Amino acid sequence: MKINERYYPLLATLAVLVLLYGYGIVEHRAFSDTYVLGALLTDNAFLIITAVGMTFVILSGGIDLSVGSMIAFVGVLMAELVTGFGLHPLIAVVISMAVGTAFGAFMGLIIAKFDIQPFIITLAGMFFLRGMCFLINLDSVPIDHPFVSDFGGFKIPLPGRGWISAAALLMLITVIAGVVIAHYTRFGRNVYAIGGDRQSAELLGIPVHGTIIRVYTLSGFFSALAGVVFAFYTASAYPLAAVGVELDAIAAVVIGGTLLTGGMGFVVGTFFGGIIMGVIQTLIAFDGSLNSWWTKIMIGALLFGFIVLQRLITRSFSGMRAGAT
Amino acid sequence: MSEQTQSVLSIRGAAKFFPGVKALQDVDFDLQSGEIHALLGENGAGKSTLIKVITGVHPRDAGSVTLSGREIHPKHPGDAQALGISTVYQEVNLVPTLSVAENLMLERQTLKFGFIAWKKTESDAKAALDTLGLDIDVNRPLGSYSVAIQQLIAIARAVALDARVLILDEPTASLDGEEIKTLFRIMGELRAKGLGIIFVTHFLDQVYAITDRITVLRNGRLVGTFVTRDLPQIDLINHMLGRELAEVSSHRHLDESGFTGKGRQIQIKNLGKKRVLEPVSLDLSGGEIVGLAGLLGSGRTELSELIFGATKADSGLVFLDGEPVMLRSPRHAIRAGFGLCPEDRKQDGIVAELSVRENIMLALQGRRGWLRPIARAEQQKTADEMIKALGIATPDSEKPVGQLSGGNQQKVILARWLVSKPIFLILDEPTRGIDVGAHADIIKLIKELCDEGLALLVASSELDEIVAFADRVAVMRDREKVSELTGADITQDKIIAAIAQ
Repeated sequence: MKINERYYPLLATLAVLVLLYGYGIVEHRAFSDTYVLGALLTDNAFLIITAVGMTFVILSGGIDLSVGSMIAFVGVLMAELVTGFGLHPLIAVVISMAVGTAFGAFMGLIIAKFDIQPFIITLAGMFFLRGMCFLINLDSVPIDHPFVSDFGGFKIPLPGRGWISAAALLMLITVIAGVVIAHYTRFGRNVYAIGGDRQSAELLGIPVHGTIIRVYTLSGFFSALAGVVFAFYTASAYPLAAVGVELDAIAAVVIGGTLLTGGMGFVVGTFFGGIIMGVIQTLIAFDGSLNSWWTKIMIGALLFGFIVLQRLITRSFSGMRAGAT
Repeated sequence: MSEQTQSVLSIRGAAKFFPGVKALQDVDFDLQSGEIHALLGENGAGKSTLIKVITGVHPRDAGSVTLSGREIHPKHPGDAQALGISTVYQEVNLVPTLSVAENLMLERQTLKFGFIAWKKTESDAKAALDTLGLDIDVNRPLGSYSVAIQQLIAIARAVALDARVLILDEPTASLDGEEIKTLFRIMGELRAKGLGIIFVTHFLDQVYAITDRITVLRNGRLVGTFVTRDLPQIDLINHMLGRELAEVSSHRHLDESGFTGKGRQIQIKNLGKKRVLEPVSLDLSGGEIVGLAGLLGSGRTELSELIFGATKADSGLVFLDGEPVMLRSPRHAIRAGFGLCPEDRKQDGIVAELSVRENIMLALQGRRGWLRPIARAEQQKTADEMIKALGIATPDSEKPVGQLSGGNQQKVILARWLVSKPIFLILDEPTRGIDVGAHADIIKLIKELCDEGLALLVASSELDEIVAFADRVAVMRDREKVSELTGADITQDKIIAAIAQ
């Protein structure tokens, strides 16, 4: 039986992951330890959470450049609420996530109502949020609270020396939630339809505007959650944190096999994409002799490969509009 | 026959106005359940406007649309769909990246506890395709199937939406013979189930093969509704093209041509392309106007584009004074001294943002190559001369062409070719969308051009126009040249007979 062509990019992602991980295990004995796995999940948790939101945006045919600034903004806002106002971190989490989600919804509203390029609006959002960080706080501040240390100390032991941290656990829950939203709700399928061919989606009776607003709301929610995880993970907030994370998230989505033009892809692929980026980083750290910029070179090469692969797949489609590719 | 009671869709006095255009005026239309009803007319006759009024793309300006006895006011295609009017367009409006099942079931997936139950959704999709006798893997992306299958899937979706009225807008344009047979079989089955089907096409043989009744529109008005088997094809074509009762007598023969010198010879030999145009041969010489007649879709535009190199031919050659001309792209054609004023000047001809001067200079500059720019002063002089010579109504040569009226835009395109001193000029529907005054101007211009030794090929669906200026007429039908008329044979009757034979 022929494998459905929609799975090709996902299979390519898995193959790359297995190859890289396998190479690591062969080259470095310590690589097979679950400690590496646990660290991968924890260190890349905020990136993958952001990338899950980004997956929906890219599936809808859009882009969200504001997520990196959002992570820093949420961290700074939380730090201010906890240390400045003396609120409990959980209340600070609820407030900052509400603000972040509302900001995402606001950008979505402008994108949908005025039919503006998401690139421009989220670029504006990126500058705006980064600027807001400095309005609240100019320096790096620690978030000092027993709850935060408890969050950092939470561990589910894995066989071997590894463990799953609270950040990793939150990330895994996010990925599962993302998979369910994308594949088992009408909203999720409508996102795919709009990204595949917006004009047709409209004629098929899909509420295009509402769906787009919800996509950016979701991205705002997930990047705010990533901001919370990042702040707890580093136990501090810094206005210049997570610069360029939006680009890492986009890379994770594309390496995860999602079509950059929208309409095709899998949330679980984004998870693998994020892990692949982490594995490359770990491999280079293990090697010791290579400059850390080799991570960027490897990721760049992978992106080239995946984008060409996507092009080959969509080119075989008949009836694909020029505008949709 | 008690038409009123059986009508599933009934339209009375429908009208739609756009700024300066009466796109639809006082049109009545009745569709019965269990019938296939052809909607025919040339370009600009109002077919698509009528469909857009029915489906709610355009709100109507007057008249009533009644569906099963109830007046409806759909605001957008989704509205019409919910009411039971589904439309399948020539360009398939489904999502190529989604699976077949999803395309069929979007927004109608079976939910269990708020989540999609995929098994049930897929079996529903399979059932919808089964009704059309289509057995394909519903999990593969739609885009991996041929356009014909996609077309059928679009129909399956429309039918599954409990449609009472199905509108098929040129569904056969991109299908081959076998695929058309399948489509017709399915249309027949849907008719037997009591659906009312509106079938828009420009293939008359298909109209006779499948439809029960025919409604013809012309210039936004209703010509009439006829029972297909009682309407001979020649009468149908008469209705579609419309004829003035008085035969235009301003006939012009070659001997009247003011051109006396020796004309350049252009020979088109077996020029054709698979699935686009059967090989066509045609000779022209300088100082001669050859008309290209035929219904919409007969191959008029296709032939023009092949000669100009805008579409690459896969057979045949064009010779200029016995020498073969390389026509791999419009650039080659321009270098050889050919010009084309396309049918859709908004899309293919003018560059709306550029000024009149820049538009006029485009072809000449293209012919010289971009490395040898034409001096600004020279450009200005040429543009001013042309504006005066052709009577282009513009305050100055720097006004963006997009702001001029249709007739003046057409003159700018003509001017563009004239300054490049072409040997052979092709005009595709030169008078489309132009007001009466400009219309006469353009016809006069065409004749003058010819007197200067230019060879002209003019494609037009206005028969009176062709009769008025052509020395010879090539008649196209079903993407083939079927006849060539000369001299006294050039009458509207003879042309219609050639189209219908």
